[in-house]
Amino acid sequence: MKMIVGKGSCGIAAGANKVSDSAESYIKEKGYAIETSVTGCIGMCYLEPIVDFIRDDGTKTTYVMVNAETIKEIIESEMKGEVAAQYEMPEVDKIRLERQTRIALRNCGIINPEFIDEYIAKDGYKAIEKCVTKMTPEDVIDVIKVSGLAGRGGAGFPTWFKWNAARSAKGTKKYTICNADEGDPGAFMDRAVLEGDPHALIEGMLIGAYAMGSNEGVIYVRAEYPLAIERLNIAIKQAEERGYLGENIFGTNFSFRLRIKAGAGAFVCGEETALIASLEGERGMPRLKPPFPAQSGYWAKPSNINNVETYANVAWIINNGGEAFSAMGTPDSKGTKVFALTGKIKKGGLVEIPMGATIKDVIFEIGGGIKNDKQYKAVQMGGPSGGCIPAELADTLIDYKALAATGAIMGSGGMVVMDETTCMVDMARFFIDFTCKESCGKCIHCRVGTKRMLEILTRITEGKGEDGDIEKLEELALTIKSSALCGLGQTAPNPVLTTLRYFRNEYEDHIYKKKCTAHQCKNLVSYTIDADKCKGCTLCAKNCPVGAIEGSIRNPHIIDAAKCIKCGKCATSCKFDAVIVD
Amino acid sequence: MSCCCNCAQASADALLKNGIDVSLLQPTLDKYAGVEGSLITILQAAQELYGYLPVELLNYIALKTGNKPAKVLGVATFYAQFRLEPVGKYLIMLCQGTACHVNGSEGIEAAISEYLNIKDGETTPDGLFTLNNVACLGCCSLSPVMMINGETYGSLTPAKVKEVLASLQAKEAEAK
Ligand SMILES: Cc1cc2nc3c(=O)[nH]c(=O)nc-3n(C[C@H](O)[C@H](O)[C@H](O)COP(=O)(O)O)c2cc1C
Ligand code: FES
Repeated sequence: MKMIVGKGSCGIAAGANKVSDSAESYIKEKGYAIETSVTGCIGMCYLEPIVDFIRDDGTKTTYVMVNAETIKEIIESEMKGEVAAQYEMPEVDKIRLERQTRIALRNCGIINPEFIDEYIAKDGYKAIEKCVTKMTPEDVIDVIKVSGLAGRGGAGFPTWFKWNAARSAKGTKKYTICNADEGDPGAFMDRAVLEGDPHALIEGMLIGAYAMGSNEGVIYVRAEYPLAIERLNIAIKQAEERGYLGENIFGTNFSFRLRIKAGAGAFVCGEETALIASLEGERGMPRLKPPFPAQSGYWAKPSNINNVETYANVAWIINNGGEAFSAMGTPDSKGTKVFALTGKIKKGGLVEIPMGATIKDVIFEIGGGIKNDKQYKAVQMGGPSGGCIPAELADTLIDYKALAATGAIMGSGGMVVMDETTCMVDMARFFIDFTCKESCGKCIHCRVGTKRMLEILTRITEGKGEDGDIEKLEELALTIKSSALCGLGQTAPNPVLTTLRYFRNEYEDHIYKKKCTAHQCKNLVSYTIDADKCKGCTLCAKNCPVGAIEGSIRNPHIIDAAKCIKCGKCATSCKFDAVIVD
Repeated sequence: MSCCCNCAQASADALLKNGIDVSLLQPTLDKYAGVEGSLITILQAAQELYGYLPVELLNYIALKTGNKPAKVLGVATFYAQFRLEPVGKYLIMLCQGTACHVNGSEGIEAAISEYLNIKDGETTPDGLFTLNNVACLGCCSLSPVMMINGETYGSLTPAKVKEVLASLQAKEAEAK
C-alpha cells in the first residue's frame, strides 16, 4: 500500500508536513507495510491537506482536510481494508475534478515531482525523444503551429511564431528562457507546475530549444517560491544524470544545458526586456522594442522567452498531435487554460478547462459560487494589467478576443472573485498602488502618472473626492496608456478604466454622496445602533477599543461618532444585528 | 571610495568590527569570479549569510567584483528582496496581493501592528520581529496569508495571527 501526501506550498501551509510526520511515526510504531510518497498541488486548495491511499490492487481513495490525528484513523481503516468514508473526498468535488481537462497540469498532484521515474512512467521525455530522432525542427514548429498554442504568460502571442523567429535569427548562440516570475499577485498556476511537475517544463524547454536551434536555457524563477526552486534543482540534476540534459541527447548531436536564476522580487522583471536585464545582473529596467529578444536578447543573442504553462503544454502536444490540442477551445483560442480561482469564492484553487467555457461556468459550476452565498459582483482577470469584468458579463467566453472586448485580458489566469462587500474604487486604488510601487521609474508617464492617479484614488476612498476627479483619472489613464515605455505602464490604467466603465456609479457615490456602498472605505462608513433591536447586553461597549459606546445594561446603547474609529468590532460582536453600518 | 592597494583589506576589517566576516563570502566570490551577470546571485548569497546588506558590504562587493559601488547599490535597492538594514529573528512576510487584499489582509496588518507595535518595514525593539509587506506568496486560495521564516500560515484572522505571534514569543521566552 502506498500513501501519498499533497505537498505543494499550499498543502504545506494547510499542515501537510504535520500530517506526514504524524503518519510516518505512526506507521513505524505499528510496523505497517505502507510506502509513503509526496506529490504536488492537485489544485483543490480548499480541501488541503489531501492524502491519497493506493492499494496493491491499484484502487485509490482520496482523503481530504486530514490532520495529524485523523490520519491515524485513516491508516487504521486502510489496514483493515476499509475506506474511512467520513474523511473521503466528497462526490461533488470528485465531479469537479472530472469536469476539468488537464494538460499543463496533467501530472500535478499525481506524481512525485522529486522522482524522475514517475514522470517517465507517464510518457515523460518521450516527446523530446520523438522530436530529436524522428522530426526536423521545422516539423516541430509545424505541429505547434497546428496546435494553435498561444503564450500563457499574458499577451497570448502564437508560440510557433516566436520559435520560428528565433529559429531564423542568425546567430551562433541562442537562448531558451523560461519566464517563471509569476508576478500577478493572485495567480499561482506556474508555481503548481514548478512544484508539482518540473520535468514537464524541462521537456517543453528541450523541445523548444531543439526547434529553435538553441543549446542553452535559463529558468528565471521568482524569489518568493523557494520550494519551486528546490524541486527544479532536483529535477534538473536527475535529468542530467539520465542524459536528458547535457551533451548528445538521445545519441544525436542535439545538446542542451539548463540552469536556474532566482529573481529578487520585482514585478517589472516579468516583462521580457527587464527579465533579460535582470538575468544579466542589472537593475530590471525594460527597454524599447525593437529589437525584439528573438533578434537581440540575453547577452545580445537571439533569445526566446516563454511562460511556464506554455512550455508545460508542449510535450503533450508533440505526443498527441497538434490537432488534438486545437480540437479544444474556440476559433481564436485553442486548447486549455489553467485558472487560479481566488477571492470570495467557495472552492478556490486551480482549474484547467478548455477555452470557450463562460466565466459563469468557471465561477459557479467549478468554483462552487460565492463564499457565504453573497451577491457576485465582478471578477478581476489579468492582474494589475487586466480589468474587472462585472457580473452582467458573466456569460463572456474564456477566449482571448472576447475577454479583451470587455477591457480586461486573459492574462496569466488569475481570477479574483469579488462580491457585494468589495469596493471597486478601493480595488482600483489597490492596483494603482501596486503598479506605482512596482514602476521601475525609467519613464516619466508611468513613474509620475501612476503616482498622481494613486493620489486621486486615495483621496476619493478617503471621502475627499472632488468634482472633476473622474475626468482627471480618465485623462491620466489614457495618457499613460499611450505613452509609457513598457507593458507595465501601458496596461497599468486598465483596472481604473474598467471599474470606471462598469462601476462609475460607485465612484460617483464616493465623490458626491460620500458613500461607500460596499462599506469598505472607513471614512465613508458610519456606525449607529438601532435602539429597537439593541437589548442593552453591553457586549459592543466591552469590545469597543476606544470607549466610544455608552449605555447602561438592558438599555439601548449609543455610539459617539466623534470617538468612533470605525473598526467595526461592535458590528461583528453584536448578537442582535442592532449595529447599523451605512 | 578611491582605489588604493589595501582598501579591500581595510574595508574587510571595518566590516568585521560590525560582526560581518567577509571571509565567509569568499567562496561565493571565487565561484562567480569572471562569470558575467552574477551580481544578483552574489548579493543573494551575501544576504543569506549575513541577513542583510549594509552599505559597507556592498562597497566591499563592488571592489571585489570590479563593479562601481553605485551600480551595486543601484541593484541592491532596485529589488524588494534585498535589505540594507538588519531584520529581526522572525521575518514576517505579510501578503498584500490581490486575493489577500480582497479577503482582508489590511485587517491582518492592523492586528500585527497593534500587537507588536511596529509598522511595515520596522523591527521590534527586542529584535525579534520584522514586518514586511509582500505581494503574493502563491498560496492565494488560503488567503489571507503570511510567511514567517519560511513557514506559511493561511486563512488568517486577527485572532489567529496574534496567537501565532504569542506562541513565537513564548518559545523565545522559554529559550531564555
Ligand atoms: C509588467 C509585465 C509583467 C509580466 N509578468 C509576467 C510573468 O510574471 N510571467 C510571464 O510568464 N509573463 C509575464 N509577462 C509577459 C512577458 O513579458 C512575456 O510576454 C511572456 O513571458 C512571453 O511568454 P509566452 O509567450 O509564453 O506567454 C509580463 C509582462 C509585463 C509587461
Ligand atoms: S495574493 Fe496573497 S498569497 Fe497570493
